[in-house]
Amino acid sequence: MDTIFEPLQFAFFQKGLLVATLSGALLGFVGVFIVLRGMSYIGHGLSHAVFGGFAAFQLFAAQLYIIGAGLWGIASALAITQVARRSRVGADAAIGVITTASFALGVALFAKFGTSGPAFDNALFGSILGITPMQIYGLLAVCAITGAFVFLRYRALLFSTFDPDVADVSGVNVGRIEAGLMIVLSLAILATLTVIGVTLVAAMLVIPAVVARMLTDSFGRMLWLSTVIGAMCGLMGMYLSYFAGVPSGTMIVLVGAAVFVVVLAITGGKGLRRSAGLDDHGASEPVRAPASAL
Amino acid sequence: MTGTGIGPVLIDMLAVDAGYRGSHVLHNVDFEVREDQFTGIVGPSGAGKTTLLRVLLGTLDPMGGAMSRSKDLRISYVPQLETVNWDFPVTVFECVLMSRTSGRIAPWPTKAERAEVQAVLERLGISDLASRHIRELSGGQQQRMFLARALLRKPNLLLLDEPTSGVDVSTRHDVLHLLGDLHEDGMAIVLTTHDLNGMAAHLPHLVCVNGRIIASGTPHDVITPHVLEQTYGARMEVLEHLGMPVVVDAAPEMADRRKSA
Repeated sequence: MDTIFEPLQFAFFQKGLLVATLSGALLGFVGVFIVLRGMSYIGHGLSHAVFGGFAAFQLFAAQLYIIGAGLWGIASALAITQVARRSRVGADAAIGVITTASFALGVALFAKFGTSGPAFDNALFGSILGITPMQIYGLLAVCAITGAFVFLRYRALLFSTFDPDVADVSGVNVGRIEAGLMIVLSLAILATLTVIGVTLVAAMLVIPAVVARMLTDSFGRMLWLSTVIGAMCGLMGMYLSYFAGVPSGTMIVLVGAAVFVVVLAITGGKGLRRSAGLDDHGASEPVRAPASAL
Repeated sequence: MTGTGIGPVLIDMLAVDAGYRGSHVLHNVDFEVREDQFTGIVGPSGAGKTTLLRVLLGTLDPMGGAMSRSKDLRISYVPQLETVNWDFPVTVFECVLMSRTSGRIAPWPTKAERAEVQAVLERLGISDLASRHIRELSGGQQQRMFLARALLRKPNLLLLDEPTSGVDVSTRHDVLHLLGDLHEDGMAIVLTTHDLNGMAAHLPHLVCVNGRIIASGTPHDVITPHVLEQTYGARMEVLEHLGMPVVVDAAPEMADRRKSA
């Protein structure tokens, strides 16, 4: 029993545990909208895009690199949305170009100029060392903003996630909802980056939501189940990372993957069938009528 | 049932061109929707039926021409069943309530909203399915659910994209009868379809489209070999059955015989 409570005597671990649990919950919560909209790749891309801003701003304004990285992420998210909407380039291609270019820029800047902020490895894979009170306040603020956004725009978010075309003609400003979701997603990635890491954030956006989908057919239940699963993965992953001596983000994602396997084994075909619909994000495109008119 | 409609105009399109990314799909379209109208837009795939529907909905801006909308216009839209993600985690009740997006901030419904949803589900005969997941419904029940969602907005114009596509004959009759009842209650209805025979028996007004308006009128006016050949680019025979025009594919030899005659 003492072994379990042993890490809690360290202040850095207490902070890490709090941040990891909140991060898991936040990513699980936002992840529901991301996976149901078929935007998992955007989550993956955005975390890489934020890394570019992270590297660039810690060079020029070391104290403000979090704000700079946030603005960079939001700009990338809006650019992806606009490029995908207004040009012949598909969303996947837009994400591939914009976010990987941003990530490559970040790697180049780190290699050339080094860092005055978090270490390169920590930014990529997450670390609980050196979590500042400001980071905790930032994470709490992002949780509050995300919760308020979803609470105030719940119906519009649900409608535009399920059926954007019909939502559009039913009085929902789908473009504004999408932009709001992109901003919230960018903020969530940024706020959780330090603990989970750039390369692993996307996994925590997807895994809790997919596991929750396998467990329920109700949107409301999926939302809170995904939040709880994300929080549990954060909590357990952080604990295990202490004992295993591996980066926190790595262990959090491994716990999430283990939960996925266990739930898949329990729910079997039913869970698989439920989660199969998660890639049906092309559903709003009209299906062509048969060639014969009669 | 009334035909082309004599009530106030809800939408008026004059010489409208429409399309996507600079290329025209519809040319010089004159089309109006009146308050007591019940119209089917028919035509082959790629003819511009859905484009016309999108212009009416206001989700696609015309590339040319003039368009006006009544200030009283309240549109509801029913999408094609094939375009819906039926694995999305919502119940019938949640799906119908989606269309109530204004007037309340909190996610959960008020008592009055619950009663409204229940009333509209009862009107469409699916009140006992409210707590079911949407995947568990039959084709006809799915169509009724979307009609319920559309009706909750209290529209005066209902637009439907291929409402009889992918459903069996009995469900098709069911859906069209239901739309007839809604029209009798005073709602304007415009739907697209590629199913000519099904529409001739139920709709008082048809519009044939293929890049432009080919013909417009009652089924008897529109379902003629000449109009169908212009619309579909193939010869078709029109027979009369119980006073309704019925379309059959013309065998090639019959078409040849007609030509030589």
